[in-house]
Order: sequence, then structure tokens, then C-alpha cells
Amino acid sequence: MIRPSIQSGALPPGQRSLHVLNRLAFGPRPGDTDYIRQIGLENWIEHQLHPDSIAEPAALRQRITSLQTLHMTPEELFIRYQVPLRQLAPGDDKKAARQRSEIILQQAAQGRIIRALEGPRQLQEVMTAFWFNHFNVFAGKGLCHLWIGSFEQEAIRPYAMGRFRELLGATAKHPAMLFYLDNWQNTAPHSSGARGKFEGINENYARELMELHTLGVNGGYSQADVIALAHILTGWGFVRRNAPKTVNRPAFERAFASARVMPVRRFLFGRARQSSRPWRGGEFKAGNGFYFDPRRHDFSAQTFLGQRIPSGGLDQGEVALDILARSPATANHISFQLAQYFVADQPPGELVKRMTRSYLATGGNLRDVLQTLFFSTEFWERRHYGVKFKTPYEFVISATRGVGVPVVNVHPLTGAMALLGMPLYGCQTPDGYKQTQEAWLSPNAMMMRLSFATALGRGHLPLQHPMDEIAQDESGRTPEGAMRPAAMRMPPAAVNVFAEPDSMALAATVGDLLSSPTYEAVWAAPPGLQAPLILGSPEFMMR
Amino acid sequence: MDDRPDSRNSQIIGRREFIRAATLAASGAVIFGPHAWVARASSVVNSRKRLVLVFLRGAVDGLNVVVPYDESNYYESRPSIAIPRIGEGAVLDLDGHFGLNPALASLMPAWKEGLLAFVHSCGSPDPTRSHFDAQDYIESGTPGIRTTPDGWMNRTLAALPGKHQPTEALSVGAVLPRILSGSMPVANVSPGRGAARPLPLDNPRIERVFDSLYNGRDPLSKAYQEGRAARQRLLGELRQDMAVADNGAPGPEGFPNDAARLAWLIQRDSSVRLAFISLGGWDTHVNQGSIGGQLANHLKPLGDGLADFAKRLGSAYDDTVILVLSEFGRTVRENGNGGTDHGHGNVMWIMGGPVRGGRVYGRWSGLSPADLYQERDLAVTTDFREPIVQVLLTHLGLSAIQIQKIFPQRLTFSGHLSTILRG
Repeated sequence: MIRPSIQSGALPPGQRSLHVLNRLAFGPRPGDTDYIRQIGLENWIEHQLHPDSIAEPAALRQRITSLQTLHMTPEELFIRYQVPLRQLAPGDDKKAARQRSEIILQQAAQGRIIRALEGPRQLQEVMTAFWFNHFNVFAGKGLCHLWIGSFEQEAIRPYAMGRFRELLGATAKHPAMLFYLDNWQNTAPHSSGARGKFEGINENYARELMELHTLGVNGGYSQADVIALAHILTGWGFVRRNAPKTVNRPAFERAFASARVMPVRRFLFGRARQSSRPWRGGEFKAGNGFYFDPRRHDFSAQTFLGQRIPSGGLDQGEVALDILARSPATANHISFQLAQYFVADQPPGELVKRMTRSYLATGGNLRDVLQTLFFSTEFWERRHYGVKFKTPYEFVISATRGVGVPVVNVHPLTGAMALLGMPLYGCQTPDGYKQTQEAWLSPNAMMMRLSFATALGRGHLPLQHPMDEIAQDESGRTPEGAMRPAAMRMPPAAVNVFAEPDSMALAATVGDLLSSPTYEAVWAAPPGLQAPLILGSPEFMMR
Repeated sequence: MDDRPDSRNSQIIGRREFIRAATLAASGAVIFGPHAWVARASSVVNSRKRLVLVFLRGAVDGLNVVVPYDESNYYESRPSIAIPRIGEGAVLDLDGHFGLNPALASLMPAWKEGLLAFVHSCGSPDPTRSHFDAQDYIESGTPGIRTTPDGWMNRTLAALPGKHQPTEALSVGAVLPRILSGSMPVANVSPGRGAARPLPLDNPRIERVFDSLYNGRDPLSKAYQEGRAARQRLLGELRQDMAVADNGAPGPEGFPNDAARLAWLIQRDSSVRLAFISLGGWDTHVNQGSIGGQLANHLKPLGDGLADFAKRLGSAYDDTVILVLSEFGRTVRENGNGGTDHGHGNVMWIMGGPVRGGRVYGRWSGLSPADLYQERDLAVTTDFREPIVQVLLTHLGLSAIQIQKIFPQRLTFSGHLSTILRG
């Protein structure tokens, strides 16, 4: 593929490294701009587009590996943390068990934040956050708190820059998504498995799958399509106690033997001759927990988005996902959101069109779409530089990166995100958090951001405090946030200042982002206030 | 709607308002102050009318709050968690059919004085039993529609007349709730003692330098200036409160304290029009209790706090309407865990000087099996927006057109609430 070199564009060379660090990464860390100068900008971008080409420091890998719950399967998490809870009567033991399960979310947050702060594969972390938000799951809903970390680790991060169809399939088969959007209950009425809460069609996931995950709200689907897709996805759920772990072939065939339509059996038996077909939509660890229950599935043929899907089982869903993933509406929807994230709140229409074409031409290859984006003229235009108002997540992460202080305790950071209205894993609605200035800029937001900048800039956040020594206070999965906000308190007068940031070093890292008036104000201020001013400056609010 | 200036109000018109009125009259022009965010109709109506909304998140069991004690179905459906009719821990009789949960005894004086009313079988027309969806619909004011970007209280704020003041809408809570999100700026008060606790930002040296960074007319500067103004105002009030109330000893956390603080602010800051506070802990699936227990333990501080709030408001209570609501009610039948599950219809509480209280309004749908919603829940016969619209119309003085913008969907009103407020 011929790659056009980066146009000189309107952005002066001095700003290009910072631009790229602000967009493809979560802002510069000390030494980042030097590194880019060393290896070259294009080279850096190419590496970021291929995360496997970037070595992760052993220490970082070790820290991530030590987050045990992050690497457990949904089943293991359920057995270890939910089953004991269910067996206890309400009381102190139950409370203790609930508190024990809080470690799951805590480790998920650590995994996410440590990699966003220190990981060299920055674009992968940017895309992980982006896709998690796109395929949002709320930690505060029921069993989701058990599975959020697994969802991000297994269904999002590995597919963040691959083929969209694989990312889509991975999310569609993860217990977290199936629970969050209720599809685990989606059952063909009067089917042999219909009973109790599994009594009928639940459209929730089918609707959001089209409206939010793929086609977009104006993507040209009808209520009939929602219903059809819901029927197609009946039986998609997760392993439950007393349910068979794998699709039992004889049972499967028995189900088909009773099906009225002969071609179905031929269709099925034909397939049966192929040796073990891998699941489409990505590889799954054994015991991922996804389970297709044929007893609750509606096998009848469906008409979906104008296309006929013949009778079938799990394969109907795979075909539907194929159709959705390759739809031009999806290409456009995804391209728009990516362009909005990386370029401007109102992204240039022409760019979105080119990205859409790239998506369609490559079978939905996200890396190719991103390449179209990063090597476009628009991406490098001066008018798109520093115009994106940082979301609370981006603000907190970029400020902490800029300061360069090593972080052990992520509570002050998750607390700040929650206070700013963006609790990590705490978005209740499936549409995820917004990406625009309009959504995040408010008087209260400015007060809170500057307070965070001050606390961080003066070294008042206990970021090096060992996590296990942090007392766990009362849990409450209120809608206001699954992550309990650690109070952003002013420490008592005799304050332990934890590693007060070096304002000179900070200025060297991000100084080029500042305007002249800001620069002057910073240097005119007393030394202890310089770091807060830099982090709280209007320019640092933007990326 | 009465446009006559209230005589009490005109005595209190301060110098600033007088000058504003004079200038307006002289120039005939609309004045946008430095903090005006959204153009609003500028009139000189110096209204003090206030709405305070208390949201009980988690679906409070309305049937155990305003108890239909003369329905045998109530007692048959709830063998272990019903509130008894007589004896120890019995309901406090309201009107011969309904009784108040004794944990809310603090509210009986308000009932007897005719300042507290209830609307039963009230709720959202949407069938969802998801907390998050239902709360979302109550807050957006558009049940069934997920794409509404703002909350109905923010739209109400936009409709209120006069020059916008930074503390016109107050939200008690760390994060701005959906109901108040939107284009109009809202001031936040942190809950608990954190309200007056200084933020790292509240340092004169730091404030001064940030002031110089954000002294422009761009959106970030405007947001900053608005935030500073609100914070200054709030902190000024709250610090006085702390000095007086704390006296060195830590006050109780929780609703009574937050409500007291809110009352203090409202009493001192005449620009406050809308206030919001939410409480959780109502999702009593297990071990709800009846005499004592989970629900009672949550109701008591709520009742105490509301009664105290009313008292502390003083004369401001005459112009304040308080609405207490929840996203839906709970099942009529108790479940196998001594609790109740997500239901549908609930009871809305409405109290304040302007309320024609001492009555249970709405059409009680009954608890016989044929009357239940989906054979399990109290039905909804009054849309939750109906009492709210009454307040907006009669109390806040908004027009029908303004109300249409706040609640854009077609509403079917029962007509039972036309007298709930003294107009």
C-alpha cells in the first residue's frame, strides 16, 4: 500500500510532536517529544499502529500480571466472588464477601489506568478507552462488576486495531455485554428452554447493537429489523449452573430433527462434516463463559435489513453480525466517531467519507481506517490543533502523565474522574460518555478540574501510597458512579507532600502547548504554584 | 398566574434590583449580564418562588410510605412487611383510608397544618423496571425517549424569567445529575461537611492567578468565571453556617444535615430558584422490615430532615414547593426474601407553603388483582409530570408554551390535581 507522506500542512513542525502525543497518546510524558524527534514522527506513528512492535517494559508487564482478577475468566470470577455471596444470608459475612469482590473493579481500574499512564503502546490504550466507551458496559449493573475487567482485557484491547468484525463478535459474546443489555434472557417464546425469567424476546441488545454499536441511529433499520435481530440472537447467553458448558452436538441435532423444515437439517448436517470450526469473531479462552442455548433459540428464517437469513442456530447471529459489520452505514458511523475523537467535535465531512471508503475497501480494517486518518491533510491542519476539550478521563490521565510521577494508588485519580462526572466504568447508559466540549464544559467542571490540577500540582495526592493500605469505605453502587469517589480533600495542615512535581520538568514536557500570556503568568507566579497553573491552564484543558 | 408583584417581595427589593429595573425601563433594552449564558426573556419580575426536588433513587416502597390500610389485599400480600393498622408501630392515620408510615411521624404536623399532600398511584407511563432507564426517563422528562440530551429542571431553569444568577439552580451532590444537565449553568454544593470544606482551589493566591488565566470571553473563561461566582456565593453562606452550627463538634452526616445546609443557603440567597438533592438506599429487595428495619431506618432521617428543612426555611417556606419522588414503586406482594421487587406506581409527596395539603390526591387504583399493573404492581393513574406541571404553571408562573418545551411529549392529565396548589 502506498502511504502518502505527511503533508507539511499548516501545523508548524514544532507543534507536530505535541499534536500527535495529544491525539494518539494521552498527552506527553517527560522525554516523549525527544523520543519522537529521535526516531522520527512517521516511524513513531507506524509503531503505535502496530502495538506488538513496541516492547512493554518488564516491570509494567509484571504489574499487570499481578492483577489476578484481571486474568480470570468470567466463570472463575463468578464462582470465586459471586457464589459465596449468594450462599450467605444478609449480615456481616455477606457484607464482607461483597467487599471482597470489590477488588475486581479495583484491579480493572488499576489495569486500565497504569497502562494509560505508563504504557508505551499509547495508541492501543487510546483505542481501548475509545472502544470500551463505544461498547459501553456499566459496572454498577448486577453481575457486570464481576466481568468488566475481563470484558476490557479479553474483548476490547486485543481487537482495538484489528478488523471491526472481530471486535464486534468479541463484545457480542462476552458475558458482560450479554448481561448488561439483557440478551442473556432473550428467549424464543414457547421454546423448550423458556421458563421463569427466560420467558420471551428481549430486544434491548438487538436495538443497541444496531443503534449504538454498528449502523447508528440513522443507519436505516426499522423496528421489524430490531425484532428480527432479537430473534436471531435468542439463546446467546452465558454458562449457567446446571447448563451444559459446550454445545452438545447430539442435543443440537435432536433439536433440528424436530424442526419442521428439511433444508435446515441438511444445512446443519452438511456443516457437521467439517472438523471443529473455530468460533468466528475471534478466539476465546476455554471457559470464556459464552454459551449458545439452542433450547431457547428461535431457529426460524428471518428477514434482516432486507436480506434473508435462512433457518439456523448460532450461525444466524454470525451472519447478522457480518451484515452489520460490512454495512456502509456502520462504516460511516464508525468513521464519524473516530474522526470526532481524533480531529474535531464537528469532523470534516470529506475526511469521514474517505475513512468510510477505506473501511469498506479493507473489509472493516480499523488499522487502515486509522492510517487514512493519521496521514490525512485534515489531521495536520492548524485549525484542528488543540481544539478538542479533554474529557475528565483525558484530563486526569494527561495531567498525571505530564507530571511524570509514578503511580501506585489509583484511587485519587478514579476519585477525580468521578467528581468530574465521568466515573471509570460508571456510565449507566449504553451510549457511553460523550466526546464533545459541549458535554463536558461547565462552571462546576472548571472548578473541579482546577482543584485537581492544584492538588496534583502541589503533590497533595497520595499517588505513591500502597493500595492495600487504603481503607475500603462503605460500598454503594449508586447510579452516580460504580467507582466510589475518593474525596478530593485538602490534607490537614501538617501535610505530607508526596513528591511535589518539578515545575521545570513539567514545563519542559508540556511547555510548548502554552500560550505566551499563560507562560508569563506561570513564571510570574510563586514556584509552588507553577505546576498547578500549567496543569490548570486553558491550553492544558485542550488536546 | 398573577403578575402583581407580591407586596412582601416589593419591600425586599434591594438597591441592585431597583437600579436594574430603572435602567431597563429607561433604555427599553434587554440587559445581558457578564454571566448570561443563554438568552432568556428579561423581565423584572422579582419572584422568590422556589422548587426543591428530592429524588429517592432505588425505587422507594410507596405502599409502605402512604399505606392503604383499609385494603385487605395489602395485608394479604404482605404478611411480614405490612405496616399494622393498630397497636404498636401502627400507621398514623391520614384520612381514614391511608396512613403514614410511623417512621415519618415528623411530617404529621405538616399534614395536620395542611402543608403536606400526597399523590398516589403516580409515576411514569413507561413500563421499564430498570432503575437506570427509569431514573433517566424521570430526569430527562421524556419517558421512553433515550436521546433527550438535557434534564427537565435545566429546561425549566432556561424558562425562568430575569437575569441569570450563578446560584439560581443548586444541586447537592458531587456530580451534576441528569435532571439538571443542559445548557444552563448549575451550581454544585458538595454533600456533607465537604460542602464548606475548601477545595484545593480555594486559596486566594491560586484563585488570583487562575483568574488572570481565565479573564477572557471564550467559553472556558466564561465557565470559569461562572463557577467562581457561584462558589464565592455558596462558600460565603456555608462558612457562616459552619461557624454557627458546628461549634467545634462534628454535625451528623446525611440528609438532615444536607437539608439543613440547603435551607440555610436558600434563606440567605434570594436568587435560588431550583434545588435538587437525591438519596439512595431504597432498593429493598431483601429484609425490608415493617416496624423498624431497613425502610424505616431510611425513612426516619428523611422525614426528620424534611420537617427540619421546612422549619429552617422560615418565611421562605411560603414560597417553596418540595416534591419527593422515586423512579417507580415496588411490587404489591412481598417476595421470598422479606422484601419487594421493582414495581410501577408510587406515591409522590408534595409539601410547602403553597400546597393545599391534608389530602391524598390522584385516583387510587386499588390493590385487587384486577386493578394491578401486569398483575403485580400498583398501577399509574397520574403521570409524574402532572404534579410537576402544576407547580411550573401555578407556582413558578410559567406559560403553557414554556411548559411544552420542558415536557415536549403529549401528556394526558387526569385533572385531579388542579387544586393541589393555592394559585
